[in-house]
Amino acid sequence: MKKSIWVSIVLIFSLVLSACSSSSSSGDGGDKKGSDKLEIFSWWTGAGEEDGLKALIKLFEDKYPDVPIENAAVAGGAGTNAKAVLASRMQGNDPPATFQVHGGAELNEGWVAADKMETLNDLYEKEGWNDKFPKDLIDLVSKDGNIYSVPVNIHRGNVLWYNKKIFEENGLEAPTTFEAFFEAAEKLKAKGITPLALGDKEPWTATHLFETVLLGKLGAEDYSKLWTGGLSFDDAKVKDAVETYKKMLGYINEDHSSRNWQDASQLVAKGEAAMNVMGDWAKGYFVNDLKLKVNEDFGYVPTPETEGQFMVITDTFGLPKGVNNADDVKKFLAVLGSVEGQDAFNPLKGSIPARIDADVTKYDQYGKDTIEDFKEAKLAASLAHGSAASEGFLTKVNQAVNIFVTQKDANQFVDSLKSAATELK
Amino acid sequence: MEPVIIKKTKTVKSSIKTTKKRMLSSDQLLAIGFLLPSILLIAVFVYGFISWTGYVSLSNWNSLVPDFSFAGLKNYVFLFSDFRFQADLRNTVVFTVLFIGTIIIFGQFLAVLLDQKIRAESLFRNIFFFPMALSFVVTGVVWQWLLNPSTGVNLFLSKIGLESMWYTDTNILAGFKWGKIEFGVPVAITAVVIAAVWQMTGFAVAMYLAGLRGIPDEVREAARMDGATEFQIYRKVIIPLLRPITVSVVIIMAHISLKIFDLIYAMTGPGANFVTDVPGVYMFEATFRGNYYANGAAIAVIMLVSVAVFIVPYLIFSRRKAES
Repeated sequence: MKKSIWVSIVLIFSLVLSACSSSSSSGDGGDKKGSDKLEIFSWWTGAGEEDGLKALIKLFEDKYPDVPIENAAVAGGAGTNAKAVLASRMQGNDPPATFQVHGGAELNEGWVAADKMETLNDLYEKEGWNDKFPKDLIDLVSKDGNIYSVPVNIHRGNVLWYNKKIFEENGLEAPTTFEAFFEAAEKLKAKGITPLALGDKEPWTATHLFETVLLGKLGAEDYSKLWTGGLSFDDAKVKDAVETYKKMLGYINEDHSSRNWQDASQLVAKGEAAMNVMGDWAKGYFVNDLKLKVNEDFGYVPTPETEGQFMVITDTFGLPKGVNNADDVKKFLAVLGSVEGQDAFNPLKGSIPARIDADVTKYDQYGKDTIEDFKEAKLAASLAHGSAASEGFLTKVNQAVNIFVTQKDANQFVDSLKSAATELK
Repeated sequence: MEPVIIKKTKTVKSSIKTTKKRMLSSDQLLAIGFLLPSILLIAVFVYGFISWTGYVSLSNWNSLVPDFSFAGLKNYVFLFSDFRFQADLRNTVVFTVLFIGTIIIFGQFLAVLLDQKIRAESLFRNIFFFPMALSFVVTGVVWQWLLNPSTGVNLFLSKIGLESMWYTDTNILAGFKWGKIEFGVPVAITAVVIAAVWQMTGFAVAMYLAGLRGIPDEVREAARMDGATEFQIYRKVIIPLLRPITVSVVIIMAHISLKIFDLIYAMTGPGANFVTDVPGVYMFEATFRGNYYANGAAIAVIMLVSVAVFIVPYLIFSRRKAES
């Protein structure tokens, strides 16, 4: 009796295993095929961004028809799935030829610190890029004086989008200070309009709102000190920002935790809410998906008290260690960093070029304004998008923010931020 | 009858002993040859990786750079003092109790109704069983729309003044402070329970229906002869006889409920203030977003232990039964 039980258990397990093994062997076959191809790994699968990537690939194929390209994009908002796939491939020493990574900590504290990236100083010199990208931006993709990736686009994080019709009907001006923001919010609330739309089903959106408040209250200089330990999280200015953030949370829609950022933007588009703080990928959503017109249906200003400052989110591509076709990768990166490449990609994606000498006429009014701002403004690295600090720190901040949005306990929030900050180097 | 059986087992046992003393027969060699690959594979890919996870959970590997230095129970201590993990434990307990309880009640009730020799019984059986064919992800997305507070069933419920915040509700019923969290029944979790019950009740119905069919008519007739009403027959005779089925349903559902990930991930995510978060979701986010590999491994080990608490006694129990 005993024996037959064991036999049956083992048989069942062996069946399960045989099912597993067949799938893993097919995976091996795929890898062998891909080793000579130039595999471009990204999470650009959405409307607009996918077109941009394809335009870029086409440009490359026209220049180098003999280099086969494989578009290895992994679907999933903000790259959450792609990053998990990438992490397991990098740890297994099977890196893609080049991959999308946000400039800043995500690159420097992540892959560069793990010693998985090649330096690109020679490529920058050969292409003469050192004065074609803003210095602040090159710093964002450098560690210890070495450059590790090529920025392809720029998104702005600190943008307040508002419904023009609502603002006109209520005789309001787009707020540029926190005081004006709360004044407008109070008026709107009295009229029964949700002043501020938030969709924090994925908690990073709440962190995104918080970082714009931090930037507004601290200014770019002090803001960047937070991530290097130059300014403590229990500084009076941070506490002021937390209190302001708390006050803002009093004006959000009630069902915020069932919405993602698109749903929140939709509230503004439909006129159910008046304002929304989101990066300028929201413009692509307004224009391409909801068919709204810039400066007619919706307007934009920098978030309160961040005029002249630019929360920068930049997608970059680098060269991982241990790829066979490093020369081909460099050819691709050269196209990516060229004026031609940036102008092929960015108008479709809805972002602005990372280079300062790109062709302005190819961009819409929002793009033109933002390109102007980008040249003048002080750059600040986004926390919510992995540029300011490591993913580990960000995960903890997201958790603290998620708790704060409900409990609104400012002291506890500051304490969690402080204890998370012990991980910063 | 009995003495014969005893004799038989004795002879079997003695024959095993004698073969052991001799060299292995060719049949046994063949059997071992067939089993060896799978035993090796299981040893490596199941138990090997379980041990590996256990090893990682005791290390300092909490960034992209592997660091296998020994950390002791640091990761476990952190988790049990962590607000999010405490909330996860609360949610898992509440979810498991509500989910299994509701499924047992609904499963029995529907199975008894189906057992009334009604017409088109197989049609109803299929209707109840169909949700089982869906993946949890599909269920999650559909119920996320249905129970969305600003659309979904609320559009209908608002007409009769019964609006609910569903899975966005941050209230905790019967709450009291416990550790860092408020322990109680999070209202939001009931929305997830509704979706899970909708999907899994069909399974319980099928199990109970099989159980009901296994009860001979003589039992009911004997009860009727003794003057029991139909209701009494079910309460005092049939349902007690279904107890072994209930045990199986609890075991099977408990391992689904304790490991649940896909339904929550597709439907609600961690939820505001982590009212719908579960260890599976935390494990995924800690490991693959935060790169806290050791913390993630510790969560995985805790999940394994919590499932084992249910499964192992059941395995021992059923083996003992089989032996006797």
